[in-house]
Order: sequence, then structure tokens, then C-alpha cells
Amino acid sequence: MPTDTSALDLILRADPALVGIVRLSLLVSLSAVVLAALIGIPLGALIALTRFPGRNGAIVLLNALMGLPPVVVGLLVYLMLSRSGPLGSWGILFTPQAMIIAQSILVMPIVAALARQTIEDLWEEYRDELAALNVGPVRRIFTLIYDARFSLLTALLAGFGRAAAEVGAVIIVGGNIDGFTRTMTTAIALETSKGDLPLAIGLGMVLISLVIVVNALAWGARRASERYAG
Amino acid sequence: MRAPSSDLPLMLEDVSILAREVTILDKITLKIAAGEPTILVGPNGSGKTTLLRAAMGLIAPTRGRVTWGGREEVPPARRSIVFQRPAMLMRSATGNLTYALAAARVPRAERKARADELLDLVGLAGRGDRPARRMSGGEQQRLALARALAKDPDILLLDEPTASLDPAAIKALEDIIRNVAARGIKVVMSTHNLGEARRLAGEIVLLHRGRIVETGDAQSFFTQPKTEDARRFVAGELLV
Repeated sequence: MPTDTSALDLILRADPALVGIVRLSLLVSLSAVVLAALIGIPLGALIALTRFPGRNGAIVLLNALMGLPPVVVGLLVYLMLSRSGPLGSWGILFTPQAMIIAQSILVMPIVAALARQTIEDLWEEYRDELAALNVGPVRRIFTLIYDARFSLLTALLAGFGRAAAEVGAVIIVGGNIDGFTRTMTTAIALETSKGDLPLAIGLGMVLISLVIVVNALAWGARRASERYAG
Repeated sequence: MRAPSSDLPLMLEDVSILAREVTILDKITLKIAAGEPTILVGPNGSGKTTLLRAAMGLIAPTRGRVTWGGREEVPPARRSIVFQRPAMLMRSATGNLTYALAAARVPRAERKARADELLDLVGLAGRGDRPARRMSGGEQQRLALARALAKDPDILLLDEPTASLDPAAIKALEDIIRNVAARGIKVVMSTHNLGEARRLAGEIVLLHRGRIVETGDAQSFFTQPKTEDARRFVAGELLV
């Protein structure tokens, strides 16, 4: 099929427009995952290891937030960052920074909820041993995060998959501006509506490849966990 | 070189432990001093594990008090415990030991050599690189014992360490326990295996329904039990 051939051609000759879109997508999604990890892992550990009033409610809320609709997140971030919004003075609406914030809000609950579950399970198992070994509270937290590292990596990869594949939030807060805030998903939506299928299909192929790579990494992390950690 | 302050003697003074109105330990008074191994015997549910956990400081008594070397509120720096089902950290065997050595504040430069010594002591020399959680049950028990010895304890508490092991693994573990006791570490171990109690004990404590039924040196306990419960227990009858 001519469209398929053209799409493959775009990938093989590293079409500058396609490469630019892929690069921005990776930059935004990876940054969002890093930001989500910096907040989500400590938050998950905190909820796992502390007891406070309303903890069960917090866990239910965190789990529910894993299914946040991207368009709603996009709308909320838009309202926050728009000129009349509380963070309007930052002037970052329709920039990659706004897209990173929106995606990190989508990813953070996934990372925090999975980290909470993983760390809590491990804590149940380790609690008496660490107490008997006379390990202090700070070292306990680092031990749990370190020993849960492969499961946490899987959580981060799941978060990255969610970020890279979503379109609703980034199109609202990024504006899908050519060469500036256009990501793979927003470009696919636009090019398909314009009838420019080769670029849409080419980006779709890259996106699917990325999903496969992410899953392969998750599988590799699991294997490494079994091999090195038991 | 031992620190001047010791966790011995370990004293339980009129200790009772209740869980949701159920009495697990009932007015236990027991002095654990340096010397040959003390073996806690008794049927399942008699309170052996709870007594060991209280002796470790992992459970606070509901009534009474536990003291280590005459002091209360002593962090577990000079006492160790091996649980019936020890949790292995998600690291190699050596990684488990260096972690325990770090927790015991052994200088980093000395940890690898000390870990190798401990592996050798428990018959796991050359297996330090293996993931601890993929070792056999017997190997994990021996590794847990080595990990418990990392802090060079005064007291080593063992909660049915040979339960669910095969005879060869039991013999290996008992040999290590004798070796540890010969080094001057006070061993306090629970078991409901009478044969094992005979082989290892210097002193016996018989527990039943959370109370101490009889205590004394092992030879007298097995040859001339003083109480009817002890006589029945030694005769192999069921205490219910």
C-alpha cells in the first residue's frame, strides 16, 4: 500500500518533522515520569509506612486517581495556568512545561499507588527482621525502596506508557503547536483529520514500537529481579 | 572484644501478654543467664514464640517487665533472633550479611571479610553470590543464623529453627548452634522436638498454656520431671 510505504519511508530516512515530534514526545513523557517518581515514590512510601486518620480513604482516592480522565486533567491544568488562573503568572500555558505538569499529574497516582502497595507488602515481610537488626527509621525506608526497585521500575514504565499514549491532556494544555508542542499522539489525531495518513501511520508505528520497548523493559526488569534478588 | 554493657542476664519479671483479651503469656518469671543453651519446649500455642519475641523486645508486655543486663528500653544491639520463617532481603547471601553488618555499625572496609567468615561458619562458603531468596529452606535458615550473628550478640534467640527441615539440614543447623554456644553466645531456642531438646539443652523451660510448668537443668528434666505435665510431656504424651 502506498501510504504504508510512505510511512515507513518517513521513519527510515528519519524525516525531520517526525523526529522532532518523537523527540518532544519523549522529552515530555520522560520528564513527567521523573517528576511523578520524585513525588509519587516518597508519597507511596509515606502512606505505606504511616498510620493516620483517613488513611484508608487516601488509599481509595489514590487508587481511583489512577483512572483519571486525561481530558479532565488537561482542563484543570488549563484552568490553573490560563491567564486568569491562580498560576497564570507563570506564563507556561501552551508550552512543553505545561504538558509535563499535566502528564505528571496523570502518572503520579499510578506511581504512588503501585509504590504504596509494593512497599507495604515488603514492609509486612521485613518489619520484624529490620526491627531485630536494629535498623533505624530512615534506613528502613531506603531499604524498602531499594529492595522494591524492580517493582518500582515496572510502575515507572507503566506510568511512562500512560503518559506517552495519552492525547487529551497534552492537546488542551499544549495546544498542538507545530514544532513546539506537537507530540506523537496529538500529531496522529491532527494528521488523520487532515487526511495526511503517511505521517500519522509513521508516528503510530513509532508509538507502538515504543510501547513494545517499554513492555520489553518491564519484562527485563522482572527477569533481573528474579535473577539478582530472588 | 565485647562491649562492657551486656544484655545478660535477660530477665522476665511477672510478664503477662494479652492479645484481644486472650492471655498468651501468663505471669512468666524467668532469668536467662550466660551458659549452656536454654531450650523452650511445649506444645503449639503454649507461648514459646511470644516469649522469644518479648525477650527480643519486639512485643511489650501487657504487665510485668523485661530487662536486659538490668536495664529496660535497651535497643537490640546485643541480642539477635532467628524467626521460624526468616525473611530474606532481596539481595545476595553476602548482601544480606553486609546489610546486617552495616546495621551493626561494622566499618565498611571490614564487612566483606566478616561476611565471608560468617558464611564459612554456617557452611555456606562460596555461595555468597547466590540470591538469598532462591536458596533452599535449610540454607536460608543457616543464612538467617549468620545474619543474626553479624552483630556479635550476647544472646541468640531461635524460634523453632529446624521446623520443616530434613534430617541432614537439622544436623547441620544443630552443629552450628553448638558451635555458636561454644563461642560463649547464650542460645535460647524453642522447639517441640524432644529429641532436639535432649541433644542441645543445658536448661529446659516447659511452657503450657502461656505458663511455665517446669524449669531446670536438662538432665533432671528428662530423667526426673517434677510435675505431672512434665512427666507426660517427656513420656511423649500430648499436652492439650
